[in-house]
Amino acid sequence: MSVCKTRVTIDPITRLEGHGKIEIFLNDAGNVERAYLQIPELRGFEKFCEGRPAEEMPRITSRICGVCPEAHHIASTKALDAVWHVDPPHTAKKLRELLFNAHMLHSHIAHFYALAAPDFVVGPGADKKDRNILGVIAKVGLETGQEVIKHRSYAQKIQAMIGGKATHPVCGLPGGMSKPITEEERQQIESMALSLVDFAEVSLQIFRDVVLKNKAYVDLILSDAYSLNPYSMGMVDENNHVNFYDGIMRITDPEGKEYVRFNANEYNNHFAEHVEPWSYLKFPYLKNVGWKGLVDGIESGLVWVGPLGRLNAADGMATARANKAYQEMYSTLGGKPAKATLAHHWARLVELMYAAERMLELSQDSEITSTDIRSIPTQTPTEGIGIVEAPRGTLMHHYVTDERGMIKKANLVVASAHGYGAMNMSVDKAAKGLIKEGKVDEAAKNMVEMAFRAYDPCFGCSTHTLTGKLPLLIRVYNTSGEKIMDLEW
Amino acid sequence: MAPKLQLAIYWAAACGGCDVAILDTDEKILDIAEAADIVLWPIAMDFKYEDIYKMEPGSIDVCLFNGAIRTSEQEEIAKALRARSKFMIAFGACAAWGGIPGLANLTNREEIFNTVYQETATTINEEDIRPDTNYPGPEGELHLPRIYDRVWSLDQVVNVDYYVPGCPPTPETIWTAILAIVTGNLPPKGTTIAGIKSLCDTCEREKTEKKITQFKRPFEIIADPKKCLLEQGLICCGPVTRDGCGHRCTNNNMPCRGCYGPSEKVSDQGAKLLNAIASIMDVKDEKSAQELAATWEDPAGTVYRFSLAKSLIYDYKKGGE
Amino acid sequence: MNDKFEPKILGILCNWCSYAGADLAGTSRLRYPANIRIVKVMCSGRVEPTLILKAFQEGADGVLISGCHPGDCHYVDGNIKTLRRTPLVARLLTQIGIEPERFKQVWVSASEGERFGKIVEQMVEDIKKVGPYQKKMGDQLDVVMDEVAASAKEAAAAAEEKGGLNCGS
Ligand code: SF4
Ligand code: SF4
Ligand code: SF4
Ligand code: FES
Repeated sequence: MSVCKTRVTIDPITRLEGHGKIEIFLNDAGNVERAYLQIPELRGFEKFCEGRPAEEMPRITSRICGVCPEAHHIASTKALDAVWHVDPPHTAKKLRELLFNAHMLHSHIAHFYALAAPDFVVGPGADKKDRNILGVIAKVGLETGQEVIKHRSYAQKIQAMIGGKATHPVCGLPGGMSKPITEEERQQIESMALSLVDFAEVSLQIFRDVVLKNKAYVDLILSDAYSLNPYSMGMVDENNHVNFYDGIMRITDPEGKEYVRFNANEYNNHFAEHVEPWSYLKFPYLKNVGWKGLVDGIESGLVWVGPLGRLNAADGMATARANKAYQEMYSTLGGKPAKATLAHHWARLVELMYAAERMLELSQDSEITSTDIRSIPTQTPTEGIGIVEAPRGTLMHHYVTDERGMIKKANLVVASAHGYGAMNMSVDKAAKGLIKEGKVDEAAKNMVEMAFRAYDPCFGCSTHTLTGKLPLLIRVYNTSGEKIMDLEW
Repeated sequence: MAPKLQLAIYWAAACGGCDVAILDTDEKILDIAEAADIVLWPIAMDFKYEDIYKMEPGSIDVCLFNGAIRTSEQEEIAKALRARSKFMIAFGACAAWGGIPGLANLTNREEIFNTVYQETATTINEEDIRPDTNYPGPEGELHLPRIYDRVWSLDQVVNVDYYVPGCPPTPETIWTAILAIVTGNLPPKGTTIAGIKSLCDTCEREKTEKKITQFKRPFEIIADPKKCLLEQGLICCGPVTRDGCGHRCTNNNMPCRGCYGPSEKVSDQGAKLLNAIASIMDVKDEKSAQELAATWEDPAGTVYRFSLAKSLIYDYKKGGE
Repeated sequence: MNDKFEPKILGILCNWCSYAGADLAGTSRLRYPANIRIVKVMCSGRVEPTLILKAFQEGADGVLISGCHPGDCHYVDGNIKTLRRTPLVARLLTQIGIEPERFKQVWVSASEGERFGKIVEQMVEDIKKVGPYQKKMGDQLDVVMDEVAASAKEAAAAAEEKGGLNCGS
């Protein structure tokens, strides 16, 4: 066993649905032996949900994540439909999907503009003082900046209208929704949706202008340090088009061929979770491939979820403009499946368009203001699984109840966890590709960060806006604890 | 010009919703930025422990601390921030009373680990591996913070000056608190910055002093959107919960779960709610009281949904020594 | 279980029936165990659940509430309030993990001194079986606090020394 001379610690890293930490071990030659992405937290929802009334789950489990509470709320509500064997009225399903797409918009807007854009719009090698949302605004114009704030807040408003609260909604019940929307609310949603479609178009154009027209960025996206070759997973409709709210789970293999499709209730046949002693987060993997460690390729059971996983696993988008953007992305990237980790950002914008278009469709649906939004459950509750596509990827809630509908067992496999294995590999790969002979320079550091940022949709936005810098500090020590260097970015 | 307020925002066992809530002040966020230098906001701003340790005592004017205390790391940082902050504010239900993570106090670490790392349907862990605080990896040691047996509210770990309630607090509540801080118009120490009435006091649903003969669960009935939910048999935490959220749940035809915490002068949200619920039970003899009580599933998880860690009997340990 | 353990029970008795009954037990030398400390309230209906929790918090190993038999309440329906609360409180305590032996609610009239003595005796016995009301759940907070204080100090010292901490230790 060779003990590394030096290690590079990044603690904590920008939020990844929780606290996170990266440890990079260097060998004698100063090259990377191994990089670990550790999750130092566990709150134990799966245990303390036991004994609670199942119908409270949507309101309890949303507290797992305040950045994607709607995803937990709706996955949980769908699991309850299954637990009580009840089919909600059309309008209830449409309201949930409307809420969910609004959520997707809020999350994707925050991520793209605040987190990803500084790296692309401003540039990975730019002065760190400019590499933030202010820098982005300087490049794209103040007007666009205001549009960003406005449209994120539209998405929040729509969620509050349907869900009661934008963060931690309260509307989901087994068999339906707690409250219908009025015609007046519908009109407001429709006009916001129209505006969001235009905004998504603008966002795609910004990506074309700023990223695609810049050869250096395109080369970076396609470079080896940022490529990975895992399976891809997402939910699809009957035409194999992406759907966030409902459908069939589809997994494609690293060559792009369909590996399996399954219904939500078969989830446990296809996934298992592995435990490592160095992280509180487990590693989900494809059960029938088996746990092979952190490796990619056809032999590995790791999957990509989230925007790129979903797009890879589908054959297209169900709405016109989004589908056009989808085709454009794959033709530029050289076909399917895309293996470029950084293409997650592009995929996110394709989804932004889909979410806006779908929301518009739903807001114009003649049934959407119907007050027929509840089917009261009549059957004995048993067991159920609910799956949605959260902004970060597939989210699964599984409950087993007693005959009164009290939770006996809960299993939650969250989006970040599904991506955790791949995320670890991307960080390791980027570190290995970019840190050589003990040289950890500014560019290398930012690029390690970019590897996890592709997966991490949280809102670095706020920070960047307010401080004008990204105070991430990496400190390198030798074995006797002497500091070798300070790396700030 | 007066020096800018030095503001730190930290999260411990939290969900991030409190931080999103700060963003949801929308354009006002720019006013906050105008009035304050944000010296710490780790949900997105990366920092290391020594950045805190390097700060002088008192160098932070206000620390908005969200999240409960669940790990050694969170406790350490809470203490380090307390030592450097003039005002420590428990921000959101988790910091104030443990919040939903506090429901873990109905169980303990070992049970949680057994469930998460062994028993859940998808876990395959034949070697019975458990995450460890020190793991001698092939390349070197890897560390994880220790997870405590139970969850603490912030004030069970450090001295707290003010409370901002809610899960999450509304932008209005946040703005009120920020204004109070920025203008120096501060209430007495220990104040919870929100309404002083109870949610029922300002609820517009029709109340008729009607007693109930059966507890109902929200999925069993379509609640009348005009009438008091409690009088329809749904457990609603409004009678003992602090006003100030804008009735977000009851307006959506769902009962309140008490995220704004106990109303003024209520020392134990759960016990007080039991009392309120008992008073509307339409029973006159022991047998029917017992029968009716039995139709209410999970009283503890309901009346203490957000405040179990701060219950008067929060620290009970079963089974003696 | 520790033989020497003598449970402390807080008895909350209404003035009109139960206290009189307990008093009778005292004056007629129908001895009941010294484990019980009695607090007199005007009516059992006044005993809010918060008070019961407070009793445990302040060190009681058990709480006994006693009022007039239903129908006999001096304030007509005070004890109806009591009987509504009792099953709710009992369930709450059980859920939190407090053994059912520690909480009891009974009706004792002014003439039932002997019965009152028996009730207390039984309760003392039952609580002896479950042991003292044990505070502190899991990690002892002060131990944890000391540990953390020590490690924080160490970390601060290390930070001082090197101008920074290594690898989150
Ligand atoms: S109080 Fe609510 S919103 Fe805030 S961190 Fe806790 S769970 Fe999240
Ligand atoms: S109990 Fe709930 S619904 Fe009834 S008045 Fe109070 S807050 Fe409103
Ligand atoms: S109604 Fe109750 S649970 Fe809902 S937001 Fe208000 S205080 Fe919180
Ligand atoms: S006076 Fe004895 S119970 Fe009311």
